Amino acid sequence: MADHDKMPVDELTGIETTGHEWDGITELDNPLPRWWLWIFYASIVWSIIYMIFMPAWPALPGFDGHTRGLRNHSERANVAVAMSELEARRGPMFAELQRVVDEQGVRAVLDDGDLLNFTLAAGRSAFGDNCATCHGAGGGGFIGYPNLRDDDWIWGGSYDAIRQTIAGGIRWDAHPETRFSQMPAFGRDELLTRDEISAVTDYVMTLSSLTVSADADLVLGASVFETQCATCHMADGRGDITQGAPNLTNNIWLYGGSREQIQASIYRGPYGAMPSWENRLPEPVITALAAYVYLLGGGETLAQASGPETGEAG
Amino acid sequence: MNLIHTRPDAGGDAADGVARLDAQAVNAASQRDLYQKRQQIYPKLVHGKFRLAKWVFLVLSLGVYYLLPFVRWDRGPDAPSQAVLIDFPNTRFYFFFIEIWPQEVYYITGLLILAALVLFLVTALFGRVWCGYACPQTVWTDLFIAVERLFEGDRNKRILLDRAPMSFNKAWRKGGKHAVWVLIAAATGGAWILYFHDAFDLLRDFFTGQAPMTAYVFCGVLTFTTYSLAGLMREQVCTYMCPWPRIQAALTDRESLNVTYRTDRGEPRGRHKNGESWEGRGDCIDCKACVAACPMGIDIRDGAQLECIGCALCIDACDDIMDKISRPRGLIAYDTDDNITRRSLGEKPRFSFIRPRIVLYVVLIAGVCALMMTGLTTRAQLGLHADRDRSPNFVVLSNGAVRNTYTINVQNKAHETRALRLDVTGDPALQVQVLGGRGEPVLEVGPDRTRLFQVFLTVPAQAASRHSIPVVFTITDPLTGETATAESFLVTGAG
Repeated sequence: MADHDKMPVDELTGIETTGHEWDGITELDNPLPRWWLWIFYASIVWSIIYMIFMPAWPALPGFDGHTRGLRNHSERANVAVAMSELEARRGPMFAELQRVVDEQGVRAVLDDGDLLNFTLAAGRSAFGDNCATCHGAGGGGFIGYPNLRDDDWIWGGSYDAIRQTIAGGIRWDAHPETRFSQMPAFGRDELLTRDEISAVTDYVMTLSSLTVSADADLVLGASVFETQCATCHMADGRGDITQGAPNLTNNIWLYGGSREQIQASIYRGPYGAMPSWENRLPEPVITALAAYVYLLGGGETLAQASGPETGEAG
Repeated sequence: MNLIHTRPDAGGDAADGVARLDAQAVNAASQRDLYQKRQQIYPKLVHGKFRLAKWVFLVLSLGVYYLLPFVRWDRGPDAPSQAVLIDFPNTRFYFFFIEIWPQEVYYITGLLILAALVLFLVTALFGRVWCGYACPQTVWTDLFIAVERLFEGDRNKRILLDRAPMSFNKAWRKGGKHAVWVLIAAATGGAWILYFHDAFDLLRDFFTGQAPMTAYVFCGVLTFTTYSLAGLMREQVCTYMCPWPRIQAALTDRESLNVTYRTDRGEPRGRHKNGESWEGRGDCIDCKACVAACPMGIDIRDGAQLECIGCALCIDACDDIMDKISRPRGLIAYDTDDNITRRSLGEKPRFSFIRPRIVLYVVLIAGVCALMMTGLTTRAQLGLHADRDRSPNFVVLSNGAVRNTYTINVQNKAHETRALRLDVTGDPALQVQVLGGRGEPVLEVGPDRTRLFQVFLTVPAQAASRHSIPVVFTITDPLTGETATAESFLVTGAG
């Protein structure tokens, strides 16, 4: 500062320059705004306080990775605490849901507005995390992945049946009580000839009143159906939920309802699998999921429970 | 730096025994270097009608601010009884008979538009009366200066005290002033948080350490800002931080009544000796009483300027001097630029309140008021929204029937529980099913609550030939006959 007198002064502004020069360009030595300086000093003080109290220095020897600071602050620990607090708050509602479902059945959930809202929220959240990948965000399903909102159930649409499906999975070898059945690959394994497959495809289409071509060999189809399919899908084609054999007489087709899609299903024998969720999700979450899926609108006897004028939807 | 004062404000006689003050307009733009340190302003106490008006407004506005949270308003057992309450946990805003839900913030928007328009109107008519009388920055600064005066005395004493070395006298005066400032600031922050919780409950919780953390944080923030803005920063807030002084230039015009030094009457200014003639000279005796009184540290005789908040204290100061030298009052007064021109041309001064922009503002204000009143008086106590689930878009049932799922949002703005009937029209074959309902679809919604319901609408296969069927949800309160409707549609996937 003592050298200030020697600093050159800019002629136009009358302000001293820093004395630095680049190709004839000099720099005015304007002072920093006061407020800026104060904030700068305050930041320095704050940073020192911060280093004392908070984790700050990485890779120092003897500090196990980083300094801990006086507050011993840890975001990881905070998240763990927050999560356990959240679980503690949700715990009573999950327990209440389990109790109501066990003692009074799932339909009792409908009578308690708060419990219903909790079930829908908890179920929706778990569904979005675990189920939506295959079944779609709203449970609408895709080809090969059942629609959980309609009233057609392959393995049963009661609350208990849905819960067992979620817990054990479908064709999931790792679980002893998984749902299991297998439709033969009639074409690929050469159990039926091409003509037989074609004929039985037409016959299956007639079961749900789909139009077939005039030259379809329905006699052959009927006989093939009786010998090959009726064991599981029943003689009338209405299927059997104990074996997971879909109903072939309605409008709902898991693997598609066009002639090509039905024929392809018979040819290759679908083998759709769903993981077991037992031991992957906590029991109360499985209960909430099962109740949620049941309440999506397709649950068996749900419609009857909700009003006489809508009874036929079941 | 300022010149060294040997005796502050003792610049000799200006006229007729009136002391000529050695006051400098330290904050006038011409006096102010870009990088200069702020110079302390020591506003001198004045007496007069505008000072009185400011005291009255100060007491009234602070009284309203500090006491309003304690005013009660009966809304029945299920709603808070505080007249003015911003209830964040329950997402409600209460203002006496008005209750606003979050989706109705357009009322707040309307209020803000109204406030802006009124500000435009008042500024076009009377200049910066908002800044001078009503702005919180002005009101609290005025209060803080009054406290300062209480402890340290008026202008001269304050200047001397600041210049004096530290002593017991200086210490207790300064300490006392800051202590009272902090108390006022804390009360300001304390009153602020009372608008967001029940005032009595919060006061009790606050002092027993059980109030929410936000209450303590906001009380602390408001205490800090009040103390620093009104106590320490004062005129710098208006000069540097506030955008309003920049905007007002566009809102005043040559017909606006601003605090004006009447150059036509005052100039040429100069000292005046007792008995000297007033012929050929102006009435301004250059005593600088107006400069000493100015809380903004400017000289009103420099004309309209960004720093002037239009507080009119210089009018009181000057009128006092005019009385002493037996000249008519009003050398500084609320006046218009046009009038100065008119007088110097020998015309009569006049005020034209009816100008195009005034008419425009009044019409706009009336329009917004009418809209808001219509909105508030016809505000429905029942609300309904229907959101159709789009994932999946529709569900085909095994018998070919098609079902859509809707989440309907029922708002009961009344303060009692209501059982509402749901009707859905659109197709004669439509079947309605409410998840959780039994029998007739009856929706029960608690007082002042919103509730969501899942509704399934199903049409049989033969009715599902149209791609989309428009449907209308109607809820009816059988007791009052009130209804609310929401339109939606049902997608069948056909076509």
